[in-house]
Amino acid sequence: MSASMNYLDGNAAAGELSRIFAMDITSAEGQCANCGAKRRFAEAHLYVQCPGLVVRCALCGHVLLRLVNTQQHVFLDLRGMTYLSVDAAQQEANN
Amino acid sequence: MAGTAVLRPVTWRSARVVGLRDETATARTIALAVRDWPGHIAGQHVDVRLTAPDGYSAVRSYSIASGPNSDGRIEITVERLANGEVSPYLTKELMVGDDLELRGPIGGWFVWRRDQTEPIQLVAGGSGIVPLMAMIRSRTSAGSSVPFRLLYSVREPGAVFYRDELRSLSEQDHSVIFTYAYTRVTPKDSPRPPGRIDATLIATSTWPSNLGSTSYVCGPTSFVENATDLLIAAGHGRENIRTERFGATGERK
Repeated sequence: MSASMNYLDGNAAAGELSRIFAMDITSAEGQCANCGAKRRFAEAHLYVQCPGLVVRCALCGHVLLRLVNTQQHVFLDLRGMTYLSVDAAQQEANN
Repeated sequence: MAGTAVLRPVTWRSARVVGLRDETATARTIALAVRDWPGHIAGQHVDVRLTAPDGYSAVRSYSIASGPNSDGRIEITVERLANGEVSPYLTKELMVGDDLELRGPIGGWFVWRRDQTEPIQLVAGGSGIVPLMAMIRSRTSAGSSVPFRLLYSVREPGAVFYRDELRSLSEQDHSVIFTYAYTRVTPKDSPRPPGRIDATLIATSTWPSNLGSTSYVCGPTSFVENATDLLIAAGHGRENIRTERFGATGERK
């Protein structure tokens, strides 16, 4: 198995991110601040071989999100995305 | 619950083991009664947290195998990994009556809703069958006649999950078509030598790209990338393919 295939996807980050986001993030559309790709968060690549979570653009590999838990704080870095768009009507349908 | 639960926080819930069933030599289905379970949609997963007496805890994601229901119970199927930290415990030591901590249901993208009417293509690699089985069960319990196809890539006949249920379903319901792709060892009557999913198999056993189908692909990361590339090469739009990756090892952190 090549190291380059050693990633998960945005689905696997959703449980941890649910501590911060009340709405489902996997179906949200995010835009990469580097290449401009607009993809569902579920499709982004997730790396967990690090102290925290790193989510990268599936197209260009740019870091979209970093999340680190310490005993006192949760650090969230979202500067890799220009926006996240959540379908509020679909969220209603989920509940 | 409509309209009330949009801001529902996903918190850890207590879940009691109410049943255990071996699927294969290395995989076990765990039935859980979950306190205040809000219900789920087929394809969603849960996070399971185990905490050692010294406070060390480990969290893993497992897809829900059971279809939506209102009885507060879910099933997960866990594959035991040789070097796993959590799966050996869940598949060998866990007993009926034990309690687990669980967070979910999680995910609103890799889901099949009962109001979807388009043909559905499921593509499973190994234990990637689990959330797709929830979709098949959801379809059955809803009495839906939406055409489903499943392409299930598995190492050998003995590694097939839910074998009897899939067999009886394919005998009773001809709008569900299953194709098995064996990668190492095939049954005696298999028309195809062992091998990975390839363009020929995609062409002969999945929906043509002009039917407006939605595809769900789940399995190890390399499997998902390969199957997705093949579907796109066969003319399917990326926007109609939903994926869930289990990683290189199959154990999701």
